[in-house]
Amino acid sequence: MQADFQHKQAAHCENGAIVNLLGDKGFKISEPMAFGLGSGLFFVYLPFLKINHAPGISYRPMPGKIFNRMAKRLGIKVQRFKFSDPKKAQQKLDENLSKNIPTGLVVGVYNLPYFPDEYRFHFNAHNIVVFGKKNGNYLISDSVMDYTVSLNEDELEKVRYAKGALAPKGHLYYPVSVPDAMDLTNPIKKAIKQTCNDMLAPVPLVGVKAIRWVAKDILKWHKKLGVAKTNYNLANMIRMQEEIGTGGGGFRFIYAAFLQEAGEYLKNQELLNLSQEMALIGDKWRDFALEASRVVKKRSNTENVYQVLSNDLMKLADMEEAFFKKLKKAV
Amino acid sequence: MKKNEVPQDDSPLKRKNINEMVYAVDDDGKFVSVQSTGWEAKTVVQHENLEVLDQRIQQALNDVKAGNVSPIVYFMELNRMDWQTLAAYVGKWTFFVKRHGKPNVFKNLNTKTLQKYADVFGISLNDLQNLKG
Repeated sequence: MQADFQHKQAAHCENGAIVNLLGDKGFKISEPMAFGLGSGLFFVYLPFLKINHAPGISYRPMPGKIFNRMAKRLGIKVQRFKFSDPKKAQQKLDENLSKNIPTGLVVGVYNLPYFPDEYRFHFNAHNIVVFGKKNGNYLISDSVMDYTVSLNEDELEKVRYAKGALAPKGHLYYPVSVPDAMDLTNPIKKAIKQTCNDMLAPVPLVGVKAIRWVAKDILKWHKKLGVAKTNYNLANMIRMQEEIGTGGGGFRFIYAAFLQEAGEYLKNQELLNLSQEMALIGDKWRDFALEASRVVKKRSNTENVYQVLSNDLMKLADMEEAFFKKLKKAV
Repeated sequence: MKKNEVPQDDSPLKRKNINEMVYAVDDDGKFVSVQSTGWEAKTVVQHENLEVLDQRIQQALNDVKAGNVSPIVYFMELNRMDWQTLAAYVGKWTFFVKRHGKPNVFKNLNTKTLQKYADVFGISLNDLQNLKG
Protein backbone atom coordinates (compact mmCIF):
# COMPACT_ATOMS: atom_id res chain seq x y z
CA MET A 1 0.00 0.00 0.00
CA GLN A 2 2.55 2.53 -1.08
CA ALA A 3 1.90 4.82 -4.00
CA ASP A 4 4.56 5.33 -6.59
CA PHE A 5 5.24 8.71 -5.08
CA GLN A 6 8.05 11.15 -5.81
CA HIS A 7 9.19 13.30 -2.90
CA LYS A 8 10.48 16.66 -4.05
CA GLN A 9 11.90 19.11 -1.57
CA ALA A 10 10.61 22.68 -1.52
CA ALA A 11 11.42 25.96 0.19
CA HIS A 12 7.91 26.28 1.59
CA CYS A 13 5.61 23.57 2.90
CA GLU A 14 2.38 24.55 1.15
CA ASN A 15 4.02 24.95 -2.26
CA GLY A 16 5.82 21.68 -1.71
CA ALA A 17 2.63 19.81 -0.90
CA ILE A 18 1.01 21.27 -4.03
CA VAL A 19 3.92 20.35 -6.28
CA ASN A 20 4.14 16.83 -4.90
CA LEU A 21 0.39 16.15 -5.02
CA LEU A 22 -0.01 17.49 -8.54
CA GLY A 23 3.17 15.79 -9.72
CA ASP A 24 1.69 12.51 -8.61
CA LYS A 25 -1.33 13.25 -10.80
CA GLY A 26 0.96 13.81 -13.76
CA PHE A 27 0.70 17.60 -13.64
CA LYS A 28 4.23 18.96 -13.59
CA ILE A 29 4.69 22.40 -12.14
CA SER A 30 7.67 24.07 -10.46
CA GLU A 31 7.53 25.37 -6.91
CA PRO A 32 8.02 29.02 -7.91
CA MET A 33 5.25 28.72 -10.51
CA ALA A 34 2.85 27.21 -7.96
CA PHE A 35 3.76 29.93 -5.46
CA GLY A 36 3.34 32.72 -8.02
CA LEU A 37 0.07 31.41 -9.44
CA GLY A 38 -1.27 31.14 -5.89
CA SER A 39 -0.26 34.76 -5.22
CA GLY A 40 1.77 33.54 -2.25
CA LEU A 41 3.68 36.74 -1.58
CA PHE A 42 1.99 38.76 1.14
CA PHE A 43 2.50 40.80 4.27
CA VAL A 44 0.14 41.27 7.15
CA TYR A 45 0.62 42.85 10.57
CA LEU A 46 -1.81 42.11 13.40
CA PRO A 47 -0.47 43.98 16.44
CA PHE A 48 -3.47 43.10 18.60
CA LEU A 49 -3.14 39.38 17.93
CA LYS A 50 -0.42 37.84 20.08
CA ILE A 51 1.30 34.75 18.73
CA ASN A 52 3.93 33.21 21.00
CA HIS A 53 3.66 36.36 23.15
CA ALA A 54 4.61 38.64 20.23
CA PRO A 55 2.51 40.66 17.78
CA GLY A 56 1.32 38.67 14.79
CA ILE A 57 3.32 39.18 11.61
CA SER A 58 2.87 36.98 8.60
CA TYR A 59 4.63 36.99 5.26
CA ARG A 60 2.05 34.75 3.63
CA PRO A 61 -1.71 34.60 3.13
CA MET A 62 -3.96 32.37 5.24
CA PRO A 63 -2.99 28.69 5.07
CA GLY A 64 -4.60 26.91 2.15
CA LYS A 65 -5.05 30.14 0.19
CA ILE A 66 -2.04 29.56 -2.07
CA PHE A 67 -3.29 26.18 -3.24
CA ASN A 68 -6.92 27.29 -3.53
CA ARG A 69 -6.14 30.34 -5.63
CA MET A 70 -3.83 28.44 -7.89
CA ALA A 71 -6.27 25.54 -8.28
CA LYS A 72 -9.04 27.97 -9.20
CA ARG A 73 -6.87 29.72 -11.78
CA LEU A 74 -5.84 26.45 -13.41
CA GLY A 75 -9.15 24.65 -13.15
CA ILE A 76 -7.83 22.01 -10.78
CA LYS A 77 -10.47 20.41 -8.59
CA VAL A 78 -9.45 19.92 -4.99
CA GLN A 79 -11.42 18.05 -2.36
CA ARG A 80 -11.09 19.19 1.22
CA PHE A 81 -12.43 17.58 4.38
CA LYS A 82 -12.39 18.37 8.08
CA PHE A 83 -13.56 15.95 10.74
CA SER A 84 -14.80 16.52 14.25
CA ASP A 85 -14.11 12.85 14.99
CA PRO A 86 -10.43 11.79 14.82
CA LYS A 87 -11.46 8.19 14.09
CA LYS A 88 -13.28 9.29 10.94
CA ALA A 89 -10.33 11.44 9.96
CA GLN A 90 -8.08 8.40 10.11
CA GLN A 91 -10.62 6.24 8.28
CA LYS A 92 -10.79 8.66 5.38
CA LEU A 93 -7.01 8.87 5.18
CA ASP A 94 -6.63 5.07 5.23
CA GLU A 95 -9.31 4.78 2.56
CA ASN A 96 -7.43 7.25 0.35
CA LEU A 97 -4.15 5.43 0.85
CA SER A 98 -5.71 2.08 -0.03
CA LYS A 99 -6.77 3.68 -3.31
CA ASN A 100 -3.23 4.98 -3.80
CA ILE A 101 -4.25 8.62 -3.41
CA PRO A 102 -1.44 10.61 -1.78
CA THR A 103 -3.19 13.02 0.56
CA GLY A 104 -2.29 16.45 1.85
CA LEU A 105 -2.75 17.18 5.55
CA VAL A 106 -2.67 20.36 7.56
CA VAL A 107 -0.96 19.70 10.89
CA GLY A 108 0.45 21.40 13.97
CA VAL A 109 4.21 21.67 14.18
CA TYR A 110 4.63 21.31 17.95
CA ASN A 111 4.32 17.54 18.14
CA LEU A 112 6.19 16.61 14.97
CA PRO A 113 8.94 14.35 16.36
CA TYR A 114 11.30 14.74 13.42
CA PHE A 115 11.65 18.53 13.82
CA PRO A 116 14.48 19.99 15.89
CA ASP A 117 13.41 21.38 19.27
CA GLU A 118 14.06 24.95 18.08
CA TYR A 119 11.27 24.59 15.52
CA ARG A 120 8.65 23.18 17.86
CA PHE A 121 6.05 25.77 18.71
CA HIS A 122 2.28 25.94 18.50
CA PHE A 123 1.93 26.74 14.84
CA ASN A 124 -0.97 24.91 13.25
CA ALA A 125 -0.64 25.49 9.54
CA HIS A 126 2.07 23.15 8.38
CA ASN A 127 1.44 21.03 5.28
CA ILE A 128 2.57 17.46 4.78
CA VAL A 129 1.67 14.74 2.31
CA VAL A 130 0.95 11.16 3.38
CA PHE A 131 1.74 8.78 0.55
CA GLY A 132 1.51 5.34 2.11
CA LYS A 133 1.16 3.14 5.18
CA LYS A 134 3.56 0.40 6.10
CA ASN A 135 3.23 -1.82 9.21
CA GLY A 136 0.92 0.72 10.82
CA ASN A 137 3.26 3.64 10.12
CA TYR A 138 2.31 6.48 7.83
CA LEU A 139 4.87 7.44 5.21
CA ILE A 140 5.23 11.19 5.23
CA SER A 141 6.58 13.56 2.62
CA ASP A 142 7.33 16.80 4.45
CA SER A 143 8.51 19.00 1.61
CA VAL A 144 10.74 21.22 3.73
CA MET A 145 12.86 18.14 4.50
CA ASP A 146 15.23 16.54 2.03
CA TYR A 147 14.15 13.01 2.98
CA THR A 148 10.84 11.30 3.78
CA VAL A 149 9.87 10.30 7.30
CA SER A 150 7.19 8.24 9.01
CA LEU A 151 4.75 8.71 11.89
CA ASN A 152 2.74 6.12 13.78
CA GLU A 153 -1.04 6.41 14.15
CA ASP A 154 -0.95 8.15 17.52
CA GLU A 155 1.68 10.65 16.45
CA LEU A 156 -0.24 11.52 13.31
CA GLU A 157 -3.51 11.93 15.18
CA LYS A 158 -1.81 14.22 17.67
CA VAL A 159 -0.56 16.63 14.99
CA ARG A 160 -3.80 16.47 12.99
CA TYR A 161 -5.72 17.39 16.11
CA ALA A 162 -3.41 20.10 17.38
CA LYS A 163 -5.50 22.74 19.14
CA GLY A 164 -5.43 26.50 19.44
CA ALA A 165 -5.30 29.18 16.77
CA LEU A 166 -6.04 27.75 13.30
CA ALA A 167 -6.66 24.25 14.70
CA PRO A 168 -6.52 21.95 11.64
CA LYS A 169 -9.36 19.62 12.82
CA GLY A 170 -8.00 16.74 10.77
CA HIS A 171 -7.95 18.88 7.61
CA LEU A 172 -7.21 16.68 4.59
CA TYR A 173 -7.08 17.53 0.89
CA TYR A 174 -6.23 16.05 -2.47
CA PRO A 175 -6.66 17.02 -6.12
CA VAL A 176 -9.34 14.99 -7.89
CA SER A 177 -8.86 16.19 -11.43
CA VAL A 178 -6.16 18.15 -13.22
CA PRO A 179 -6.40 19.74 -16.66
CA ASP A 180 -4.24 18.64 -19.58
CA ALA A 181 -1.50 20.96 -20.75
CA MET A 182 -2.95 24.44 -20.67
CA ASP A 183 -2.14 28.00 -21.55
CA LEU A 184 -0.79 29.80 -18.50
CA THR A 185 -0.91 33.31 -19.95
CA ASN A 186 -4.07 34.47 -18.24
CA PRO A 187 -3.52 32.71 -14.92
CA ILE A 188 -0.05 34.26 -14.68
CA LYS A 189 -1.34 37.75 -15.41
CA LYS A 190 -4.22 37.42 -12.96
CA ALA A 191 -1.98 36.05 -10.23
CA ILE A 192 0.57 38.83 -10.64
CA LYS A 193 -2.14 41.47 -10.54
CA GLN A 194 -3.54 40.06 -7.33
CA THR A 195 -0.14 40.09 -5.64
CA CYS A 196 0.35 43.72 -6.71
CA ASN A 197 -3.08 44.66 -5.37
CA ASP A 198 -2.40 42.83 -2.09
CA MET A 199 0.93 44.51 -1.55
CA LEU A 200 -0.36 47.95 -2.56
CA ALA A 201 -3.67 47.62 -0.70
CA PRO A 202 -4.93 50.90 0.70
CA VAL A 203 -5.37 49.49 4.23
CA PRO A 204 -2.81 49.75 7.03
CA LEU A 205 -2.88 46.05 7.97
CA VAL A 206 -1.55 44.52 4.74
CA GLY A 207 1.15 45.03 2.14
CA VAL A 208 3.69 47.85 2.13
CA LYS A 209 1.56 49.96 4.46
CA ALA A 210 1.78 47.22 7.07
CA ILE A 211 5.56 47.03 6.64
CA ARG A 212 5.69 50.77 7.40
CA TRP A 213 3.51 50.24 10.45
CA VAL A 214 5.91 47.63 11.82
CA ALA A 215 8.80 50.01 11.11
CA LYS A 216 7.13 52.64 13.28
CA ASP A 217 6.22 50.14 15.98
CA ILE A 218 9.82 48.99 16.38
CA LEU A 219 10.56 52.44 17.82
CA LYS A 220 7.42 52.31 19.93
CA TRP A 221 8.28 48.89 21.35
CA HIS A 222 11.67 50.19 22.38
CA LYS A 223 10.24 53.26 24.13
CA LYS A 224 7.30 51.58 25.81
CA LEU A 225 8.26 47.95 26.31
CA GLY A 226 12.00 48.13 26.84
CA VAL A 227 14.93 46.42 25.20
CA ALA A 228 14.24 42.82 26.23
CA LYS A 229 10.68 42.77 24.93
CA THR A 230 11.63 44.62 21.75
CA ASN A 231 14.37 42.12 21.05
CA TYR A 232 11.95 39.29 21.67
CA ASN A 233 9.47 40.80 19.21
CA LEU A 234 12.23 41.31 16.66
CA ALA A 235 13.43 37.74 17.11
CA ASN A 236 9.91 36.55 16.46
CA MET A 237 9.62 38.70 13.40
CA ILE A 238 12.83 37.28 11.96
CA ARG A 239 11.66 33.76 12.73
CA MET A 240 8.47 34.47 10.81
CA GLN A 241 10.59 35.90 8.04
CA GLU A 242 13.23 33.26 7.57
CA GLU A 243 12.02 30.05 9.16
CA ILE A 244 10.64 27.14 7.21
CA GLY A 245 6.95 27.28 6.54
CA THR A 246 6.74 31.05 6.60
CA GLY A 247 9.28 33.01 4.64
CA GLY A 248 10.09 36.65 3.98
CA GLY A 249 13.48 37.07 2.37
CA GLY A 250 13.17 33.50 1.13
CA PHE A 251 9.75 34.25 -0.35
CA ARG A 252 11.22 37.14 -2.36
CA PHE A 253 13.61 34.71 -4.01
CA ILE A 254 10.87 32.22 -4.80
CA TYR A 255 8.82 35.06 -6.25
CA ALA A 256 11.80 36.29 -8.26
CA ALA A 257 12.20 32.77 -9.66
CA PHE A 258 8.50 32.79 -10.54
CA LEU A 259 8.84 36.12 -12.37
CA GLN A 260 11.73 34.70 -14.35
CA GLU A 261 9.73 31.65 -15.32
CA ALA A 262 6.70 33.82 -16.13
CA GLY A 263 8.82 36.25 -18.14
CA GLU A 264 10.20 33.42 -20.24
CA TYR A 265 6.75 31.94 -20.72
CA LEU A 266 5.15 35.22 -21.76
CA LYS A 267 8.30 36.39 -23.60
CA ASN A 268 8.13 39.55 -21.51
CA GLN A 269 11.54 41.18 -21.05
CA GLU A 270 10.21 43.57 -18.41
CA LEU A 271 9.28 40.64 -16.14
CA LEU A 272 12.78 39.22 -16.53
CA ASN A 273 14.26 42.55 -15.44
CA LEU A 274 11.85 42.80 -12.52
CA SER A 275 12.77 39.29 -11.46
CA GLN A 276 16.38 40.41 -10.94
CA GLU A 277 15.12 43.47 -9.07
CA MET A 278 13.03 41.29 -6.76
CA ALA A 279 16.14 39.24 -5.98
CA LEU A 280 17.88 42.44 -4.90
CA ILE A 281 14.96 43.28 -2.62
CA GLY A 282 15.24 39.74 -1.22
CA ASP A 283 18.89 40.47 -0.43
CA LYS A 284 17.82 43.60 1.45
CA TRP A 285 15.36 41.57 3.53
CA ARG A 286 18.19 39.22 4.40
CA ASP A 287 20.38 42.17 5.36
CA PHE A 288 17.58 43.35 7.61
CA ALA A 289 17.33 39.91 9.23
CA LEU A 290 21.09 39.83 9.76
CA GLU A 291 21.11 43.30 11.31
CA ALA A 292 18.17 42.43 13.57
CA SER A 293 19.87 39.22 14.69
CA ARG A 294 22.93 41.27 15.64
CA VAL A 295 20.80 43.64 17.67
CA VAL A 296 19.14 40.68 19.35
CA LYS A 297 22.46 39.08 20.20
CA LYS A 298 24.35 42.12 21.42
CA ARG A 299 21.42 43.52 23.35
CA SER A 300 22.72 46.93 22.50
CA ASN A 301 21.03 49.66 24.48
CA THR A 302 21.37 52.76 22.35
CA GLU A 303 18.28 54.15 20.71
CA ASN A 304 20.17 54.30 17.46
CA VAL A 305 20.07 50.58 16.56
CA TYR A 306 16.29 50.49 16.57
CA GLN A 307 16.19 53.69 14.56
CA VAL A 308 18.47 52.03 12.00
CA LEU A 309 16.29 48.92 11.82
CA SER A 310 13.18 51.04 11.52
CA ASN A 311 14.76 53.06 8.71
CA ASP A 312 15.85 49.90 6.91
CA LEU A 313 12.33 48.57 7.04
CA MET A 314 10.94 51.87 5.76
CA LYS A 315 13.35 51.68 2.85
CA LEU A 316 12.20 48.13 2.12
CA ALA A 317 8.60 49.30 2.07
CA ASP A 318 9.52 52.10 -0.36
CA MET A 319 11.39 49.71 -2.61
CA GLU A 320 8.54 47.24 -2.64
CA GLU A 321 5.96 49.93 -3.30
CA ALA A 322 7.90 51.14 -6.34
CA PHE A 323 8.48 47.54 -7.42
CA PHE A 324 4.86 46.43 -7.35
CA LYS A 325 3.72 49.59 -9.13
CA LYS A 326 6.10 48.72 -11.96
CA LEU A 327 5.08 45.07 -11.90
CA LYS A 328 1.43 45.98 -12.18
CA LYS A 329 2.14 47.90 -15.36
CA ALA A 330 4.28 45.10 -16.79
CA VAL A 331 1.42 42.63 -17.22
CA MET B 1 21.77 36.07 -3.18
CA LYS B 2 24.16 34.25 -5.51
CA LYS B 3 24.38 30.49 -5.51
CA ASN B 4 27.81 30.54 -3.85
CA GLU B 5 26.55 32.95 -1.16
CA VAL B 6 23.93 30.55 0.19
CA PRO B 7 24.87 30.18 3.86
CA GLN B 8 26.10 26.78 5.00
CA ASP B 9 26.27 27.51 8.74
CA ASP B 10 25.82 25.32 11.74
CA SER B 11 22.16 25.13 12.77
CA PRO B 12 19.59 23.05 14.66
CA LEU B 13 18.59 21.54 11.31
CA LYS B 14 22.12 20.42 10.59
CA ARG B 15 22.24 18.50 13.84
CA LYS B 16 19.23 16.50 12.62
CA ASN B 17 20.80 16.04 9.18
CA ILE B 18 18.14 18.16 7.55
CA ASN B 19 19.00 20.52 4.73
CA GLU B 20 16.67 23.30 3.82
CA MET B 21 16.11 24.50 0.31
CA VAL B 22 16.46 28.07 -0.86
CA TYR B 23 16.45 29.80 -4.21
CA ALA B 24 19.47 31.69 -5.46
CA VAL B 25 20.89 33.06 -8.69
CA ASP B 26 23.55 31.14 -10.62
CA ASP B 27 26.31 32.66 -12.76
CA ASP B 28 23.98 33.08 -15.75
CA GLY B 29 21.36 34.99 -13.77
CA LYS B 30 19.10 31.91 -13.61
CA PHE B 31 17.25 31.03 -10.43
CA VAL B 32 18.09 27.61 -9.08
CA SER B 33 17.28 25.77 -5.89
CA VAL B 34 20.20 25.20 -3.54
CA GLN B 35 20.42 23.23 -0.32
CA SER B 36 21.55 25.00 2.81
CA THR B 37 22.58 23.60 6.18
CA GLY B 38 21.38 26.75 7.92
CA TRP B 39 22.02 30.42 8.48
CA GLU B 40 23.66 31.86 11.56
CA ALA B 41 21.30 34.86 11.76
CA LYS B 42 18.37 32.49 12.05
CA THR B 43 20.05 30.28 14.64
CA VAL B 44 20.78 33.35 16.76
CA VAL B 45 17.15 34.47 16.92
CA GLN B 46 15.97 30.92 17.56
CA HIS B 47 18.28 30.64 20.54
CA GLU B 48 17.20 34.04 21.80
CA ASN B 49 13.64 32.83 21.51
CA LEU B 50 14.30 29.64 23.47
CA GLU B 51 16.19 31.61 26.11
CA VAL B 52 13.17 33.83 26.70
CA LEU B 53 10.93 30.76 26.92
CA ASP B 54 13.34 29.20 29.44
CA GLN B 55 13.20 32.36 31.52
CA ARG B 56 9.42 32.21 31.48
CA ILE B 57 9.52 28.57 32.65
CA GLN B 58 11.94 29.42 35.46
CA GLN B 59 9.82 32.40 36.47
CA ALA B 60 6.70 30.23 36.52
CA LEU B 61 8.45 27.66 38.68
CA ASN B 62 9.47 30.36 41.15
CA ASP B 63 5.92 31.69 41.20
CA VAL B 64 4.55 28.23 41.93
CA LYS B 65 7.00 27.82 44.79
CA ALA B 66 6.10 31.22 46.16
CA GLY B 67 2.44 30.26 46.04
CA ASN B 68 1.51 32.97 43.53
CA VAL B 69 0.28 30.66 40.78
CA SER B 70 -0.81 27.05 40.44
CA PRO B 71 1.29 24.33 38.77
CA ILE B 72 -0.89 24.72 35.68
CA VAL B 73 1.00 27.91 34.84
CA TYR B 74 4.34 26.14 35.08
CA PHE B 75 3.29 23.25 32.84
CA MET B 76 1.68 25.66 30.41
CA GLU B 77 5.00 27.46 30.00
CA LEU B 78 6.89 24.18 29.87
CA ASN B 79 4.72 23.16 26.92
CA ARG B 80 5.28 26.55 25.24
CA MET B 81 1.60 27.35 25.44
CA ASP B 82 -0.28 30.54 26.16
CA TRP B 83 -3.69 30.78 27.84
CA GLN B 84 -5.61 30.51 24.58
CA THR B 85 -3.73 27.44 23.41
CA LEU B 86 -4.08 25.70 26.77
CA ALA B 87 -7.79 26.56 26.91
CA ALA B 88 -8.27 25.05 23.45
CA TYR B 89 -6.47 21.85 24.49
CA VAL B 90 -8.52 21.33 27.66
CA GLY B 91 -11.70 22.43 25.90
CA LYS B 92 -12.58 25.21 28.33
CA TRP B 93 -13.01 28.93 28.13
CA THR B 94 -9.86 30.96 28.68
CA PHE B 95 -11.55 32.73 31.60
CA PHE B 96 -11.87 29.49 33.56
CA VAL B 97 -8.43 28.24 32.66
CA LYS B 98 -6.93 31.48 33.96
CA ARG B 99 -8.87 31.01 37.19
CA HIS B 100 -7.37 27.53 37.51
CA GLY B 101 -4.01 29.23 37.43
CA LYS B 102 -4.76 30.60 40.91
CA PRO B 103 -3.50 28.36 43.74
CA ASN B 104 -6.64 28.60 45.88
CA VAL B 105 -8.92 27.74 42.95
CA PHE B 106 -6.59 24.96 41.79
CA LYS B 107 -6.67 23.40 45.27
CA ASN B 108 -10.42 22.80 45.00
CA LEU B 109 -10.51 21.43 41.45
CA ASN B 110 -12.08 17.99 41.11
CA THR B 111 -10.12 15.00 39.89
CA LYS B 112 -11.82 14.97 36.51
CA THR B 113 -10.72 18.49 35.68
CA LEU B 114 -7.22 17.90 37.02
CA GLN B 115 -6.96 14.72 34.95
CA LYS B 116 -7.79 16.75 31.85
CA TYR B 117 -4.90 19.09 32.50
CA ALA B 118 -2.59 16.19 33.30
CA ASP B 119 -3.50 14.49 30.01
CA VAL B 120 -2.86 17.64 28.01
CA PHE B 121 0.53 18.07 29.64
CA GLY B 122 1.31 14.37 29.27
CA ILE B 123 1.99 13.90 33.00
CA SER B 124 0.37 11.99 35.86
CA LEU B 125 -2.15 13.48 38.25
CA ASN B 126 0.43 13.18 40.98
CA ASP B 127 3.02 15.18 39.01
CA LEU B 128 0.52 17.95 38.49
CA GLN B 129 -0.59 18.18 42.11
CA ASN B 130 2.77 17.75 43.77
CA LEU B 131 5.04 20.06 41.84
CA LYS B 132 7.82 20.96 44.22
CA GLY B 133 10.34 22.13 41.62
